[in-house]
Amino acid sequence: MTVKQTLRGGLSAVGLMLACGLAYAAGQYGPGASDTEIKIGNTMPYSGPASSYGVLGKVDAAYFGMINQQGGINGRKITLISRDDSYSPPKTVELVRQMVEQDNVLFMYHTLGTPPNMAIHGYLNDNKVPQLFVATGADQWNDPKHFPWTMMWLPSYGTESRIYANYILKNLPDAKIAVLYQNDDYGKDYLNGLRAGLGDKAAKMIVATQSYETTDPTVDSQIVALQASGANVLLTAAIPKFAAQAIRKVYDIGWKPTHFLNSVGNSVGTVMKPAGLEKGVGIISANFVKDPTDAQWQNTPEYKEWLDFMQKHGLSANVTDAQTVVGYSNVQTMVSVLKAAGNNLTRENIMKQAASLHNLTLPMLLPGITLNTSADDFSPIKQMQLQKFDGTTWKLFGDVVSASGS
Amino acid sequence: MNDSAAAIATEKLAIGGIAGLRVDTWRRLGIAALIVLAAALPFGLSNYHVFELTLVMIYAIAVLGLNILTGYNGQISLGHGGFFAAGAYAAAILMHRYGVPYWATLPAAAFVGFALGVLFGLPALRFEGPYLALVTLAMAVATPQTLKYFSWTGGQQGIHLAKAMPPPGLPIDRDRWLYFFVLVVLLIAIRVAANMLNGRTGRAWMAIRDHSIAAAAMGIHTARYKTLAFGTSTLFTAVAGALSAIVVGFVAPESFSLFLSLSFLVGSAVGGIATIGGAILGGFFIEFVPNFANDISDAAPWAIYGLAMLLFMYAMPRGVVGSVGPLVAWLRARTRRSAAGEQVLSNSTSAK
Repeated sequence: MTVKQTLRGGLSAVGLMLACGLAYAAGQYGPGASDTEIKIGNTMPYSGPASSYGVLGKVDAAYFGMINQQGGINGRKITLISRDDSYSPPKTVELVRQMVEQDNVLFMYHTLGTPPNMAIHGYLNDNKVPQLFVATGADQWNDPKHFPWTMMWLPSYGTESRIYANYILKNLPDAKIAVLYQNDDYGKDYLNGLRAGLGDKAAKMIVATQSYETTDPTVDSQIVALQASGANVLLTAAIPKFAAQAIRKVYDIGWKPTHFLNSVGNSVGTVMKPAGLEKGVGIISANFVKDPTDAQWQNTPEYKEWLDFMQKHGLSANVTDAQTVVGYSNVQTMVSVLKAAGNNLTRENIMKQAASLHNLTLPMLLPGITLNTSADDFSPIKQMQLQKFDGTTWKLFGDVVSASGS
Repeated sequence: MNDSAAAIATEKLAIGGIAGLRVDTWRRLGIAALIVLAAALPFGLSNYHVFELTLVMIYAIAVLGLNILTGYNGQISLGHGGFFAAGAYAAAILMHRYGVPYWATLPAAAFVGFALGVLFGLPALRFEGPYLALVTLAMAVATPQTLKYFSWTGGQQGIHLAKAMPPPGLPIDRDRWLYFFVLVVLLIAIRVAANMLNGRTGRAWMAIRDHSIAAAAMGIHTARYKTLAFGTSTLFTAVAGALSAIVVGFVAPESFSLFLSLSFLVGSAVGGIATIGGAILGGFFIEFVPNFANDISDAAPWAIYGLAMLLFMYAMPRGVVGSVGPLVAWLRARTRRSAAGEQVLSNSTSAK
C-alpha cells in the first residue's frame, strides 16, 4: 500500500518534472502553487554554530503568518516550510532535496549561509528551481549568466567596497590606500571590489595590502607593515575579533589614516567597545537598514509598524537586533515579488519578476535606498549610506551612495 | 584445537534446523533475500528516498568502522567524524585538483584512512577508556578549523565536486546509480568485516577487549592488534566519508562538526555496538531520527531526539541487534530442543 502510494507519488513527480521541462505546462502553476496556496521552503541554522541567525527564519515565518491572516497574496496563503540544517552543508542538500522533490515547493527562499547555499547551488540551477534572496553577502551569488536561478539580496561585500572606493575618489583624491583583509573569498571580495571601484587608479592608489588568517593570534604585525607603507587611508576587511585588534593597534602606534571599516565588523557591542570606544572615533563604515537602536527612527511610523509586528509575533526579545530588520526587509521583498507574479506562479515567472525589481522601496531600509534588478543584474541592493563613529554610536552622514558611482 | 572443537560443536548444533533446512542455510537465504530487497528497493521509490537510503548506507559503513573499534576491540572513539572528513577531503581533492574519476578515489581514501588511523592508534595505545575518548575528541574538535586553515582544502569555502554520473549507455539515473555504487561498497565492507571478525584477527581483538592481560598472556601482540583495529576502523569510516563527498557533491569544514562524531557513536550504540547488522540500523537512526524529531516538534527537535535515544537505550540496552541476538539464540535453542536427542548424544561424544 505505502509502496504503491510512494510509487504513484514518485511517478507523478516525474511526470510533473517532464511536463515542466518540456514546457507542456501551459497552465499558470508550477509545483507547489495552486488557487489557494504558494508553497516555499528554506533551511536555517536553528541549532548549531550559526544558530544566532536562526532569528531570520522566525521573522520570515511570522511575516508570512501575518500576510496569511490578512488574506494572503492574491487570495493565496503562503506555506513556508523551514527546516533546521544546523549550518551543515550535507544536511542542507538533503533537506532541500526533500522540499523540492517530496514537498514540491515552488522555490527556495532565504536559505542561510555561504557553505549551505554553495552545496545546493548546482542542484537548484540544474533543476531550474529558484534560489531567491539568499542570506549571504558573497559576490558569487550575482552570476545570472552561469546561475540564472540564484539571486542574492544583501549588498555584497564587493558592492560595499566599491562604495568606499567612490567616496575615496571623490573626497580623498590623494589617497594612498592600505588594505587589511581576511585571506579567503570574503576578504578578497572586498579587495577586488575596491580595485574595481577605483578603476585605472587602483594600481597607483593601493600602496599596500596585508592579509591575515583566521588562525592568526593578532594582526599587529600587519598593521605595523601597512603603516610603514606611508598610506593615509586604511580599509579593514575583517571579522569582529580582528577588526577590534586593528582599531586598537592603529590608535596605539599613533597612525591616523582615514579608516574604513567593513560592515561585517562594525558592531558597537562586539567591535567598537572591545577596541576601546575612544580609539574608534572618526572611523567610517556603511549601512543600509535603519538601526532599531538609533533614536532618530524611533518616532517614525515605519519603526512603529515594525516594532508592532515584532511584539505581536513573540519577537520582543529581538527588537535591538539589526538582523531582524534585515530579515523583515528581505521578506517584504519576497512578498512584493509574489504580488507582482499575480496568477502566473511558475518558476520561470517568479524568477522573471524577481529580476524585474524597479526602484522598490522598503520601510525599514534607509531613505533613498531602492531595489533594482534586471536580467543580467541579480544584486538588488547596490546602495548604502556612510556612517562615522562618534565615540558612542554610528552617525549617518552624506547621501545614500551607489556602487556604480553615479 | 580449541577452535576446531568449537566449530564442530556449532556445526552439529546448527544441523538441528527448521523445516528441514539447516539454520545456516536459513541465514544465508535471509541474507540473500535482504540483498535482493536492497537491490529492488530503489525502483519503487522516489529519487529523494533513494538518495536518503544512499546516505543511510554511507552512515552504516562509517558506523561499521566504529563498531570494529569500539564494539569488538573496546576502544572508544569520539573522533570518527574527523576520519570521515579525511576520507571525504581525500576524494574531493583528488577529483577536484587531479581529475581522478570518483570511483578511483575510494582506494586512496581507504589508504588515507588506514594510515591516519595507524598513526593515531600508536599514541592511543597509551590511553584507555575515557582518556582515549578525550584524545579522539581532540581530533573531532580540531578537524573543521584545520580544514579551514589550508588553501588546498578550499579553506572556508569548501570544494565543489564534479557530478558522479552513471557510465554512459546504462539506462539508470544518477541517484539510482549512486545507490547501487554505495550498496556494492557496503556489501564488500560487510564481507570484509565479517571475515576479519570471525577469524583470527577478530578473536584477538575481542580477547583484548575482554581481558587484555589474559590476551597478552595467550601470546596476542596487543599493541599490534590494537593499532590494526584502529587502522581498519578508520579505513572503513574514511571510505564512507569519500562516498559522502561523491554523493553530496560538496565538502566544507562545516560538514564535519563534532556532532557528526557523536552521531556515529549514537548510531553504533543504538544499533548494537558489537554487531555488523547493527551498523545498518545505526545508519537508519542517524539519517531518520533527527528528521523525524523535526517533524514532531519544530521548537524542541533535539529534546525529541534525546528522548528517542533514551527510549532505545532503555528498551534495548545492548542496541537493537545486540538485544535481538539473544532472542534469536533462545528461539534457536527451543527448536534445537525439539530436534532428535541423538544429536545431543553425538555432541557430547565429539566434544571429548
